[in-house]
Amino acid sequence: MSNVSIRNLCVSLGGNRIIDKLDLEVAESEFLVLLGPSGCGKSTLLHSIAGLIDVADGSIAIGGADMTWADPADRRIGMVFQSYALYPTMSVEGNMSFGLRIGGTPKAEIQRRVQRAAEILHLESLLRRKPAQLSGGQRQRVAIGRALVREADVLLFDEPLSNLDAKLRAELRRELKLLHKNLRSTMIYVTHDQVEAMTLATRIVVMQGGKIQQIGTPESVYAKPDNLFVAGFLGAPGMNFLNGALACEAGRTGFSAGQVDLDVSAYAFNTAPSDGMAVVVGIRPEQIQIGDHGKLTGVVSLVEPMGNHEIVWIDYCGHSLAAIVQEMRGFKADDSVRFSVDAAKISIFGQADEMRL
Amino acid sequence: MNQAGNALRSRRKRRLDPARIGIYAFLVSAALFFLLPLYIMLVTSLKPMDEIRQGNIFALPLSVTVEPWQTAWSSACTGVDCQGIRGGFWNSLAIVVPSTVLSILLGAVNGYALSFWRARGAGLLFGILMMGAFIPVQVMIYPLVQILAALHLFSSLPGIVLIHVIFGMPVMTLLFRNYYASIPEELFKAARIDGGGFFRIFVQLMLPMSTPIVIVAAIMQVTGIWNDYILGLVFAGRDNLPMTVQLNNVINTTTGVRLYNVNMAATILTSLVPLSIYLISGRWFVRGIAAGAVKG
Amino acid sequence: MRAKLRLLRRKFVPYAALAPMALIVLVGYLGTVLWSLKVSLSSSRTFPAHDFVGLTQYARLFGNERWLQSLENLALYGILFIAACLVIGFLLAVFIDQKVSGEGVLRTVFLYPYAMSFVATGLVWQWLLNPGNGIQQAVRLWGYADFQFDWIVDQDKAMYTIVIATVWQASGLVMAILLAGLRGIDEEIWKAARIDGIPTWRVYLSIVLPMLGPSVGTAFVLLFTAVVKLFDAVVAMTQGGPGIASEVPAKFIMDHLFGRANIALASAGSIMLLLTVIVLVAPLMYARSRVGSRKGSK
Repeated sequence: MSNVSIRNLCVSLGGNRIIDKLDLEVAESEFLVLLGPSGCGKSTLLHSIAGLIDVADGSIAIGGADMTWADPADRRIGMVFQSYALYPTMSVEGNMSFGLRIGGTPKAEIQRRVQRAAEILHLESLLRRKPAQLSGGQRQRVAIGRALVREADVLLFDEPLSNLDAKLRAELRRELKLLHKNLRSTMIYVTHDQVEAMTLATRIVVMQGGKIQQIGTPESVYAKPDNLFVAGFLGAPGMNFLNGALACEAGRTGFSAGQVDLDVSAYAFNTAPSDGMAVVVGIRPEQIQIGDHGKLTGVVSLVEPMGNHEIVWIDYCGHSLAAIVQEMRGFKADDSVRFSVDAAKISIFGQADEMRL
Repeated sequence: MNQAGNALRSRRKRRLDPARIGIYAFLVSAALFFLLPLYIMLVTSLKPMDEIRQGNIFALPLSVTVEPWQTAWSSACTGVDCQGIRGGFWNSLAIVVPSTVLSILLGAVNGYALSFWRARGAGLLFGILMMGAFIPVQVMIYPLVQILAALHLFSSLPGIVLIHVIFGMPVMTLLFRNYYASIPEELFKAARIDGGGFFRIFVQLMLPMSTPIVIVAAIMQVTGIWNDYILGLVFAGRDNLPMTVQLNNVINTTTGVRLYNVNMAATILTSLVPLSIYLISGRWFVRGIAAGAVKG
Repeated sequence: MRAKLRLLRRKFVPYAALAPMALIVLVGYLGTVLWSLKVSLSSSRTFPAHDFVGLTQYARLFGNERWLQSLENLALYGILFIAACLVIGFLLAVFIDQKVSGEGVLRTVFLYPYAMSFVATGLVWQWLLNPGNGIQQAVRLWGYADFQFDWIVDQDKAMYTIVIATVWQASGLVMAILLAGLRGIDEEIWKAARIDGIPTWRVYLSIVLPMLGPSVGTAFVLLFTAVVKLFDAVVAMTQGGPGIASEVPAKFIMDHLFGRANIALASAGSIMLLLTVIVLVAPLMYARSRVGSRKGSK
């Protein structure tokens, strides 16, 4: 069993309470991504699970066994670091086998595990080399290999792709996803890059200020963010936000902000809307349909062609909205356009508590 | 929950396990070893001679006296004269100040020229200079005596200053060259485009930016030159002998009764300047070691 | 025409600024080495003689009992001094690196001896090791009447006293250099080792120490140059005695340059010192520059 169960976790660093009363259940074979900006506590949480930081209160259980005070080496985990942390004076093989050698694992077993990890990660031809002779991507694979040979229940990743250039990052991302598919190990992965989170995760945990903002599958977190923070953090270009108020009339719920007037009757409210309620409406760029059927009008202020799509910035009643158009339709600045918004797909948040309505 | 929490907490590693105690034990014993001579120096210098003759070097003084200090400063015999080592103090000061200023100035100009200006052969000269840092002093002493004598500078203050400048050049140049190498070249190019020439850029741009390294260089030079013995012995001349030479004279060339308390007081007085610099500058001192240690 | 003159003058200025360095390097360094070499091949005594006697002085040097003893002393001293400083410095650095409280104070205590002159160090330790009044006498007064610690006047053991005094002075330097190296080690390597379950002492031995290679090399070079230069401490502590028990090459050379008025012999000695330095330091420097150029960018 390789699930992770965290209850009521409190972690302090240098006198500051970083994580307060956090609960988290990680199911077996999940690929859980801890996503958030710098300082949100995601790395602290990961290090606490690893046992590298002592907890102030709460409990951590790995595979059903209580590991709150266990040594990192006894937690049946492997960890991959941002700077790879390879032992520079040892070969690739030495790096992967050092921990096992110290632990007294028989030579034959060490051989078997190193070979297996090397095969999975395409490192067979590099076993004799030293880290300085490897490329960034190869070093990262060795770091993963070092975690793999421990035959751990849970693999922890601390922003492992941040030091790589964009192309390499995309490549290794796909390899990681394949790795998870083949190994079926439980993986907990920390990143600030929402693209990594979306592509790799079975579930995403969005964190801010030491607290969990939302847990859910990538689709649900993206389509139905629980609060303003999550809504703004995911998606590029980011969600368009409009501050205004609801107007509830018989048969129609509307949103108005100055000149803006939107029909949001199709939106699935969790709490009943009340007239005059101050809200923030969030519209994702892809939810803005530009076309002659559109009921709203605006003026193009800027166009960013991206090759296979365009970002069109529309001036709508004094607000700047970003819209994504799936082909290069040749919009130009100062064009007048008509567009519509699908109210069922948008998000509405209370202005005061920033929570989803 | 709380019961389980308490049980868990008791399993937490205690901070003061045997390994930790062993570490502190080692460090404290080492500290005692390092502090011992300082303690002995102080204690001996405050004892009257009969207490010293009675023998226990570790004992605290029964009757504290500052007379040894006064004797050391103004009436101990440094060879022919018995004027104390205060003469040496002023001599050392007179040697250290110009030597430090000049060697830093030259080191800075050299480092600046080497970092930013392509002068043909400069790299080679620099390489030889770096190797020169390793040449044992004795190889250079006699020829330098001849050269200084020819310039009528032997046994004079300008002579010893020149010697210190020569011997200080490798480290000073290295310090400044490495420092200027870390300044982006774009800054320099922008200054050139603005119309700056060699010395204008140096004085108005580089020098003001060099405060940290000048501090480090000054600490290194003042400490090194103040503590120098052999160069002062050979080149300074009887009227300019630095404190270290006079100290050795006081202690090792006295005939008759050895006044150990005076000796120790004199030793402390000689070491006061570099020790004070060390205690005050702390981190800069260590930075100097790190910078000077990176040779080539 | 005016522009061309200005251009020439501008190009000339860097060379002019470097002129003092050029002068000092060529005359002060190269020139003096060549001069000493020339004198060592002559029969100069008190004043330079401009003749050529080949390697006579060198032969005389190696037939000189005082010189041979000084070489033996220096070799013994060098090995002990360098080994002791490296080991003690390493231990001090490692122990301080264990997040001990009072680290600042400890570092100050271990490094302050380096701020003192070699002369002061020699004098203090001469006093401490004085058989009549120093440690030996103090321990005897405490009741151990047979306690012996008179190494400083013992023919066979005088050199060890110089080792003790200079190790006291220089270990702090090694500690500072190695501590800087230790602090430069990526924090995440420590984390990875903890996850791998490697005990702390093993991490220092198998991972950290090899990574400290460059720092150890730097410390070694500095220590080695100090060994060759050994003069002040000997003059202050033992004056080369008892007899020639703590004679060292640097002192031999100085004595023959000034007191004993045999410049050629002294120059031969200094050239031998120079050769020793070259033989040991040159390969080290070469190896360091090779490693440096191959590392390139990460």
